[in-house]
Amino acid sequence: MTVYKLTTPISEEDVRKLKVNDVLYVTGTIVTARDQAHKRALEYFKQGRQLPVNLEGLAVFHCGPIVKKENDKWIVVAAGPTTSTRMDQFEDEFIKAFKVRVVIGKGGMGKRTTDAMQKYGAVYGAFTGGAGVLAAKAIKSVKTVEWLQDLGMPEAFWVFEVEDFGPLSIAIDSHGNNIFEDVKKKAEEQRMEIYKRLIG
Amino acid sequence: MPMIEKVIEDVAFNLLKLAVVQLPSDVKDALNRAYKEETSDAGKVQLEAILKDIELAEKENTPLCQDTGIIIFYVKAGASAKGLDKIRAALENATRRGTKEIPLRPNTVDPFTQKNTGDNTGRYIPFINWEIVEGDAIEITAFPKGGGSENVCSLGMITPGEGVNGLKKFVIDAIIKAGAKPCPPTIVGVAAGGGADIAMKLAKASLRRPLNEPNASPELAKLENELYEAANSTGIGPMGLGGKFTVLGVRVDYAHRHPASYPVAVAFQCWAARRATARIKADGTVEYLTHKVR
Repeated sequence: MTVYKLTTPISEEDVRKLKVNDVLYVTGTIVTARDQAHKRALEYFKQGRQLPVNLEGLAVFHCGPIVKKENDKWIVVAAGPTTSTRMDQFEDEFIKAFKVRVVIGKGGMGKRTTDAMQKYGAVYGAFTGGAGVLAAKAIKSVKTVEWLQDLGMPEAFWVFEVEDFGPLSIAIDSHGNNIFEDVKKKAEEQRMEIYKRLIG
Repeated sequence: MPMIEKVIEDVAFNLLKLAVVQLPSDVKDALNRAYKEETSDAGKVQLEAILKDIELAEKENTPLCQDTGIIIFYVKAGASAKGLDKIRAALENATRRGTKEIPLRPNTVDPFTQKNTGDNTGRYIPFINWEIVEGDAIEITAFPKGGGSENVCSLGMITPGEGVNGLKKFVIDAIIKAGAKPCPPTIVGVAAGGGADIAMKLAKASLRRPLNEPNASPELAKLENELYEAANSTGIGPMGLGGKFTVLGVRVDYAHRHPASYPVAVAFQCWAARRATARIKADGTVEYLTHKVR
């Protein structure tokens, strides 16, 4: 287990150094995107329209934050991750289109995303589910927000400036390893043994 | 003495705030113990982040998780208490105020129009579980329930022939299937019998029992321990990254069943097991039961 601190934009070379079980802290720019924002960003890409920031080398965070406005400034109150599996259907295309290097979420992602991470050079960093204040603490400012009007606070596309955002447990690396899949497989293999102990 | 509806509203507001900001001590103790005993590196990193988050939330007086849940209340209403007809409105007002002032994330969406009401109230929500009891006090528990753990709740109508063995298998299957999704280490509520709705209601209600309080029935306490050991031998671990602590506790409850039916309900609660209880006495004085309040 090695601890890495990387600053955005993160290069493909740097991201390929990360291996599963390493711990990563990100400094720089991260954007939030849940189901709707993934969908819309990809539509923009297909139409050749610009997003508010260039995502190359940045991190995309599966998160629906609580944000409040004080004196015309956005303050992030809590911003833990949401379950990433819902974004599996978009993430391979998203990584390919925008060249994000880090995907942050909870619960893990499937084979499609793992393959895309291997092909294009990206990792999945698991941020502790529920640790909303810990995340908010590392968010230094809100740069901008898109699609707030119609998508609402949790689904909007928030652009955050962060400092040492983490710990992110690298759970999928760019070499085809996926801890969540390994853990799941081991649990499945345990099932019969557990039945036996419980029931005899 | 202020108007009873105002007292109830203020108490419910305080309970919502206490619940989302500060975990009960039994949950904190269990998480601390898990951190000390966890052997996997990734699991330990996650538990350390959890403990830091809990500390920060208390220090900053802010919700520890951004998903402040669907708002549920459990109310034990003393049959001779005053203001029983005012409770619903008071709880709804407290929820609206809490959304603005704590703040809570607006989490109530119409399932057909997909519109969010923006204030955490809506049809049947906040949901109130009523119980009428003797006396003139009103006991209220605020139980904000997160979506991640709710999404893996599971109901099985197994056959009476499968019985308790079938129940055990069903619980382990549900935990393996849930995997990383409910933000482990979780608390797992299990209930058998009654009917489909009754079993799930009991399973969920059982999540309120403090982790340091064993089941009153020695047989069920033994079953809880067996299921606890079994759940923690799946290796799923904190946040599903592998490790010893998949669950913090298993709670079991039951109702008598129909001869033809054997409902088994499994309800999940994330590590952020938020709940807060207070009792309002007839003279308007308030006693907080789960949290220290100055």
